[in-house]
Amino acid sequence: MRQYILRRLIHMVITLFAMMTIMFFMFRLLPGDPTMTMISSAMYPKAQEAMRAQFGLDKPLIEQYLIYLKNYATLNFGYSFHSSRQVSELLSGRIVNTLVLILPSMIVAYGLGALLGALLGWYRGGRFETSIVFVATALQAAPVFWLGMLAILLFSINLGWFPPGHLVTPGMFPDQNLRMYVSADFLHHLALPFLVHTAYQICFPLLLMRSSMLATIGEDFVEFARIKGLRERKILFGHAARNSLLPVATTIPMILSWALAGSVVIETVFSWPGLGKLMIEGVQRSDFPVVQAAFFLIAVLTIIGTFTADLLYGLLDPRIVYD
Amino acid sequence: MNWLRHFVEAVHQTRAGRISFYVVLACILLAVVGPWIAPYGPFERIYDVDGRLVRLSPPTADHWLGTTLYGRDVFSQMLWGARPALIVGFATAFGVVAIGVNVGLISGFYGGRIDSLMMRITDIFLGLPFLPFIIVMLAITGRSTTTIIIAMTLIMWRSAARVIRAQVLSIKQAPFVAAARTTGGGDFSIIYREIAPNIMPIALVNVAFSLAWAIITEASIGFLGYGDPKATSWGTIIHDAYASQMMYQAPWWVIPPGIAIMILVSAVYFLGRAYEHVVNPRLVGQ
Repeated sequence: MRQYILRRLIHMVITLFAMMTIMFFMFRLLPGDPTMTMISSAMYPKAQEAMRAQFGLDKPLIEQYLIYLKNYATLNFGYSFHSSRQVSELLSGRIVNTLVLILPSMIVAYGLGALLGALLGWYRGGRFETSIVFVATALQAAPVFWLGMLAILLFSINLGWFPPGHLVTPGMFPDQNLRMYVSADFLHHLALPFLVHTAYQICFPLLLMRSSMLATIGEDFVEFARIKGLRERKILFGHAARNSLLPVATTIPMILSWALAGSVVIETVFSWPGLGKLMIEGVQRSDFPVVQAAFFLIAVLTIIGTFTADLLYGLLDPRIVYD
Repeated sequence: MNWLRHFVEAVHQTRAGRISFYVVLACILLAVVGPWIAPYGPFERIYDVDGRLVRLSPPTADHWLGTTLYGRDVFSQMLWGARPALIVGFATAFGVVAIGVNVGLISGFYGGRIDSLMMRITDIFLGLPFLPFIIVMLAITGRSTTTIIIAMTLIMWRSAARVIRAQVLSIKQAPFVAAARTTGGGDFSIIYREIAPNIMPIALVNVAFSLAWAIITEASIGFLGYGDPKATSWGTIIHDAYASQMMYQAPWWVIPPGIAIMILVSAVYFLGRAYEHVVNPRLVGQ
């Protein structure tokens, strides 16, 4: 087990390293020069050169690459082109905002989705089941940003139950601190994006758990539990659902990484100041140091999520062999 | 075209599959003829008899789905918007599966070092965040239908490769592969003549699911403002509505494109699922 964790850790570092390399060359080598926004061709050639030297762009590419790796390894993300502030300063708080939105919603989606899926699989047949499967598929097929817009239209504009976006009422918490994250105002703002994201994310585990249950119900051990005279609830949760959980659990890292990457859209709709929105704003302003850092952090969260989920399988299924 | 007939027959076995098949067919038809039957151009501004721009008109007999803030006919935009969604969707889905099939075949067939190298590369791509990667690519290379397709294909092949490799690993053990080997078949011939036809069903299922994802992703890219500026797609209609900040005053502007995406993508999902159940009978239920 310890060896397995170690091996996975090494993989994680290699993946991270490869990802950073891809990112570096993507920004430097693809057509379209990101430095164009800072160094305009209208400047005197001497000034252009001085500017290039200041950013270290006159150095050979390999040297630039090594400097970049060193900076990122020490969490030095450089300065924003747009505001001339340090990128790390802009990032603080953003990570928490993204996690606060995505993580609880994913936990609820998987917990509730698995439970509902198990019940649907167990009491199968009938109109209720068909309509739930239909609704879940349709919800999954809808663009999540569009669902968000509909929710704002209905619950914020027409009914006035929830604010249509932002973290808190502007001006209420000038310095983002812990007090803000536990305030009623924050929770009120969180409610709508949370509900939309959960409603969207619940579909996948729900449908998967249902099919997994349908496969498990046919197995001998379920029949055997019946013959033993166990109570219905005990068979359902203790035997059938428990064994159907594994295929659902294996999808957690994948879906988690989808959700983190998808923060880009959900945060845009709800004007939620998280990493995804920061990245989009950075792209719009051609603020590449910010884009690079936000992209890097989303990827790091993804990789850490995958790693954690991999370790959790071991706890869920003792049959897994750590080769 | 044998596999196509098999596909059509297979999905016709269930009612959901049948309906979805005709929904997708109707959308393809719409993508082909939409621009011809659309009463207005996608960027055409409409003026009334007094020469005033027809802004934010609710649905009327002239404008079935109303007009936008910029005086454009939403119904016409919907008709124009089917084509980019389907072109990007199909091109990406086929690109993804083409790469996925080849990586899966070679990786699964040769095993050993080649396999672990290719799977490591796949893992690295799995670590890249999906939408941010596409947005960054588009920000650097510029926005056009081609760059959107390339960016999406580059990041989406990873899951197809894994699924297909797993399938190749089990088919590799089949007696007919050994038989081909003893009759003197080379690697190339075994991979593409013996194994490849047997992964076609799984590949086709992957085309369906990739198509569904590609359509949603194309819409998301459009919504974020990175769609092809020369084309109107369902995603860019939602983007225009969102960017104008008038979407909540004009629901007729935002609701139709979302519903169109939802209908098309659910139909593709159901189609993929219906086919999967025929080619993989171990999946019980539905």
